Amino acid sequence: MSTPLEKIETAFEKGRPAFMPYFTLGYPDMETSIDIVQACAEAGADLMELGIPFSDPLADGPTIQHSTQVALEQGVNAASCLEAVRELRARGIEIPFMLMGYYNPILTYGLAEFVGAAAEAGANGFIIPDLPPEEAQEMLEHIEKHKLGISFLLSPNSEPERAKLVITASRGFTYLVSVIGITGEREALSEQLNQFITRTRQLSDKPLAVGFGISTPEQVQAVGSAADGVIVGSALIKAATDADDPVAAVSKMVGEMASALNTAEKV
Amino acid sequence: MNTITQLPQKFGAYGGQFVPETLMPALQELEQAHIQSQNDTAFKAVFDGLLQTYVGRPTPLSYAKRLSEHLGGAKIYLKREDLAHSGAHKINNALGQALLAKRMGKARVIAETGAGQHGVATATACALLGLDCVVYMGTVDMARQAPNVFRMRLLGAEVQAVDSGSKTLKDAINEAIRDWVTNVESTHYLLGSALGPHPYPTIVRDFQSVIGRETRQQITGAEERLPDTIVACVGGGSNAIGIFHDFIADEDIDLIGVEAGGEGVDSGKHAARFSAPEMGRPGVLHGSYTYVLQDKDGQIALTHSISAGLDYAAVGPEHTHLRELERAHYTYATDQETLEAFELLCELEGIIPALESAHAVAEAVKRAPQMSPDSIMVVNLSGRGDKDLDTVIQALDEEQNQ
Repeated sequence: MSTPLEKIETAFEKGRPAFMPYFTLGYPDMETSIDIVQACAEAGADLMELGIPFSDPLADGPTIQHSTQVALEQGVNAASCLEAVRELRARGIEIPFMLMGYYNPILTYGLAEFVGAAAEAGANGFIIPDLPPEEAQEMLEHIEKHKLGISFLLSPNSEPERAKLVITASRGFTYLVSVIGITGEREALSEQLNQFITRTRQLSDKPLAVGFGISTPEQVQAVGSAADGVIVGSALIKAATDADDPVAAVSKMVGEMASALNTAEKV
Repeated sequence: MNTITQLPQKFGAYGGQFVPETLMPALQELEQAHIQSQNDTAFKAVFDGLLQTYVGRPTPLSYAKRLSEHLGGAKIYLKREDLAHSGAHKINNALGQALLAKRMGKARVIAETGAGQHGVATATACALLGLDCVVYMGTVDMARQAPNVFRMRLLGAEVQAVDSGSKTLKDAINEAIRDWVTNVESTHYLLGSALGPHPYPTIVRDFQSVIGRETRQQITGAEERLPDTIVACVGGGSNAIGIFHDFIADEDIDLIGVEAGGEGVDSGKHAARFSAPEMGRPGVLHGSYTYVLQDKDGQIALTHSISAGLDYAAVGPEHTHLRELERAHYTYATDQETLEAFELLCELEGIIPALESAHAVAEAVKRAPQMSPDSIMVVNLSGRGDKDLDTVIQALDEEQNQ
């Protein structure tokens, strides 16, 4: 049987770039968000990032901020997010799940306890935007023990030395931030993104996934032509917010974006 | 390559750099700039010159004769940061960091503000040095510190209203960090207190430590000895660390930090990180591992204080370290105690203190009578109270109507 980390790696071995949606657990409510994650998996997501809400999400733009605020108002916490993972596994959803959240709720839960409980619930790894590799020593020990993954974030302005640190510390894939900035939809992606991906690839033999600001199937396709994985978050949250049937709306958008990657040409 | 030793990133177990990766290069650049400037006599000459000719330093150390006699105990001296240009100690750090911004070639400066004092200080420094200035401020704070909003605008700063979360200092910092993450290459984040990710707690302390150095010289001149006790209010803790720093090695001197007790620590409506064990415990907020008021799930708690400048969920990491070492001790004053101290200082000394600083005065009111008449206490009067008149008038009205 493969380990949680190996399952993350498998998501990048499908002959096309991986499609990796983000969704906030507990938005617009816990039950609906679980249905949305299931629908994403069935519509072609190769891996999902499940957001654990935090009161002060300082790397996030207004769309994700709003979604986490709504989730918190309903009492969603780290424990109920792990419960959601358990429920999704019970429903037979097998794609890898990366738990994405800020450090303080995890620290409060207890690092060893949280990593152990996440492994037990069926999560595959973590993305913690305010935890750089330097501060992650203890977390990494627990993650290795349970054979889970962790993706540290790499920014276009990171010097090569830091890029090496981030890539080496990451287990599974490295998360490239497409732009200098916070999460949220953007009309156009930076022209330097391809250079950033190319530059990073020379330092890394791990998969490179790109996120922040990617919001249309066209952008997904364009990023997919250079990256191993494409992450979309705010656009899906917005689709859920605007629709009468959020499950159907997110599912439709994920389907379109995942198919766009089938025709992404590797450059 | 640079061979200069890096500054320590932590104070004991506290501090660190818990920030999105995009900010790491900027924090490293800032650390380098600070180290180099501290070793650069030309930079120091410019900074010291501005402190003297523009800020009006050294600020006086005033003997509070009538207050001391009224309380009947220790001789109380007031370190008069309220007389610094722009009305509070905040200008020391704002000028220092604005000079660093110029040194790094960053023409745009952003800042957060709670009471507005740091915003005013930053706007002042930016006007003086010709830098663009944007200040983030919660809408709750904009309402209760309206005169400072007007001051900042007069000084040429753009005041950005922050309407998320608690609409106070915490959320202003969130927005300032988001701005910085987005504009990091052109912008310096001029953080106003001894908190946030390394190297900010160290930089802010270094620029504020002039308060303690002057105090040492002045009290020695007046009394031919050092004080027994030094008292300062603690929000993030910049005025406190500024006056404590030079005395940390003098272990006989009691260093007392005063947090915002709000409506009482049992009410849940306060900002007393160290005095509310069910809510205050080590955690990470705004890039630093330190004492944070939070709920059982690690969500940051909403805080309350009559003074906007102390209304914040985390305390600077060096204070947490000093407390753990038992080198400094921390207590709190409630809104009510603060108001009483505010009035007392007005009536007995002819000084209208900032509500933040009135927390330190409130501690002096409790502590001085228990000390012998030959003992000496210094209270850091970190700012003046003009900005707080509306708040105080309203609070006193409510009291009368009750």
